[in-house]
Amino acid sequence: MSETSSAAPNRRHRILIAKPGLDGHDRGAKVVVRALTEAGYEVIYTGLHQEPESVAEAALQEDVEVVGLSILSGAHMTLFPAVMDLLKQNGMGDVLVFGGGIVPPQDIDQLKKAGVGEIFTPGTDTNVIVKFLDAYFAAKDARK
Amino acid sequence: MHDFSQAKAAYEKGYGKTPERKDGCFKTLSGGDVKPLYTADDVAKQDYARDLGFPGEFPYTRGIHATMYRGRLWTMRQFAGFGTAKETNERFHYLLEHGQTGLSVAFDFPTLMGYDSDHNRSRGEVGRCGVAIDSVDDMSDLFDGIPMDKVSTSMTINGPAAMLFAFYIAAAERQGVKGEQLRGTIQNDILKEYHAQNSWLVGPEPSIRIITDIFKYAAKNVPQWNTISISGYHIREAGSTAAQELAFTLADGLCYLDEGVKAGLNIDDFAPRLSFFFDVHIDFFEEIAKFRAARRIWAREVKKRGAKDPKSMLLRTHAQTAGVSLTAQQPENNIVRTAFEALAAVLGGTQSLHTNSYDEALALPTEKAVQIALRTQQIIAHETGVPNVIDPLGGSYFVEALTDRLEAEAYQYFQRIEELGGMFPAIDTGFFRREIAKSSFVQQKEIETGRRKIVGVNAFESAEEREQQTQLLYVDPKLEEEQKKRVQKTRATRDALKVEAAVRNLDEACRGDGNVMAALVDCARVRVTQGEMCGVCRKVWGEYRKLAAV
Repeated sequence: MSETSSAAPNRRHRILIAKPGLDGHDRGAKVVVRALTEAGYEVIYTGLHQEPESVAEAALQEDVEVVGLSILSGAHMTLFPAVMDLLKQNGMGDVLVFGGGIVPPQDIDQLKKAGVGEIFTPGTDTNVIVKFLDAYFAAKDARK
Repeated sequence: MHDFSQAKAAYEKGYGKTPERKDGCFKTLSGGDVKPLYTADDVAKQDYARDLGFPGEFPYTRGIHATMYRGRLWTMRQFAGFGTAKETNERFHYLLEHGQTGLSVAFDFPTLMGYDSDHNRSRGEVGRCGVAIDSVDDMSDLFDGIPMDKVSTSMTINGPAAMLFAFYIAAAERQGVKGEQLRGTIQNDILKEYHAQNSWLVGPEPSIRIITDIFKYAAKNVPQWNTISISGYHIREAGSTAAQELAFTLADGLCYLDEGVKAGLNIDDFAPRLSFFFDVHIDFFEEIAKFRAARRIWAREVKKRGAKDPKSMLLRTHAQTAGVSLTAQQPENNIVRTAFEALAAVLGGTQSLHTNSYDEALALPTEKAVQIALRTQQIIAHETGVPNVIDPLGGSYFVEALTDRLEAEAYQYFQRIEELGGMFPAIDTGFFRREIAKSSFVQQKEIETGRRKIVGVNAFESAEEREQQTQLLYVDPKLEEEQKKRVQKTRATRDALKVEAAVRNLDEACRGDGNVMAALVDCARVRVTQGEMCGVCRKVWGEYRKLAAV
């Protein structure tokens, strides 16, 4: 391994991967769950057909630091803000929300302005997602 | 003249002297090894009359019709739907004007999952990735100006298939068109929902009950309708291999056949109305072989179950190019991918075809993108010369060897399903979902390690590409509010007594042994909404959550 111990990312963090809405396309979510788990993160998967309320509830119950939403139904402009509002109401406004799915570039820009960390589109290498989270947690740990 | 074995041995010796490309991926997309050369040795066990036969003759490996595309081209059928019935009706008129020969309806998620547009769970989803249809009123608007006795319509609907079929029948009645004049297909394949696609209404057993009621109702009242389209597409898109797609789809088909017979139907009365739907992925020869193997296995298995009518043994299929092969990066390259896939479907002998649009890894397709996709099929049909000869790759050592191999792999899976106790226990244990997820992860790793190259994704990336923005279809969020008002208007302007009676009748049919499909048609006529119909089913049989996190 080329990674030195001082640069090794700390992956002892809890992440919720969720499928909000009625969308049944779960290939991406499952691949991401497995890739993050293999990288060493602690990952909880909500399963299909979740309402925003149940996603926020799961985030609270599982005490996660990051929530990843997978949406391929086109409902992203409704479901991202809905989940983020509910997280805030639960006092979890500092939780990082990121996502993946079929999301047009214009909408990605708008969602990022609204506070979404990143949106990964089809064809994304799962290592890119792992690195994104590594960087987020490295910065977060440094602030402590 | 050289002796064949001597010449082959000499060739193989010589071949070993030159190294193969280090970056080559000498495997099919499904992971099967591919030799550098195939010869007569690879098909030595094949018997022409037994394994191939002539087009239109058992076991139909070479095609289901004697004349194939020389008699009639495949149906060019583009899947379309977004917004309300009005927007989709306009797209339908556009497609028909551009030479499309059949319609195919894409529904939004609330419709697919059996919720009305004004249900809380439908928030943000209405009209997004398909058209919102809440009642017969919407179905009438969808076919405004389109004669339902002339056009054939395919509807991708599964959990609530019976409800949408009922709307279609009732909307046709409003046009003065009778059930016996209607032609088309409902997907109605619930088994693959549990394997891969995840849009189910209730559990497997009550779903099968509704499906056999549809078979019975349609055989009498809508005899030209394809009551089920047994689908491998979603299984493949969820990440399966070609062999898994083939095996699971045919296993599903055989399950419907067996359940129909168990429900008292004569096999030859409904088997001819079963149709199929396969993915056509990017591995050219593997896909062609898959279609050929599918026809052969189906013909043999149906015959084994006692069918006498040759029509029962024909595997008629629709094909769609692979959505998962499309890339968000350099989207114009998708035009080329889709063209190769479409060509494979035609060489595989499909009866109808949908070609994906190049912008679909980003959003629903624009009219321009859809037109290129349709033109791709027209170019294959009219310019390439490919449709002039039936099964032109029949007899190719490689294609025949692949056909045999896929067939053998499918039978291995049939064996495993049987060992698990059959279809329902195998579903229950999550067998299909786990098999598919495993394959999907293997494929992802192949790409990420660079063993398999995807142009524009992990090879030949272009830096400035993020800048060039493709023109995308925009679905106005205001349409959701409009659609909510429409369904509320339907509820406010109907005969409450008739609605109550029809819903009660449906409830009784579900609980007893009345025909559920017949009860649904009565509901549709008096403008019961699909959320209300599905609500009755959920109440009687309960919501199904078992596989949601597997």
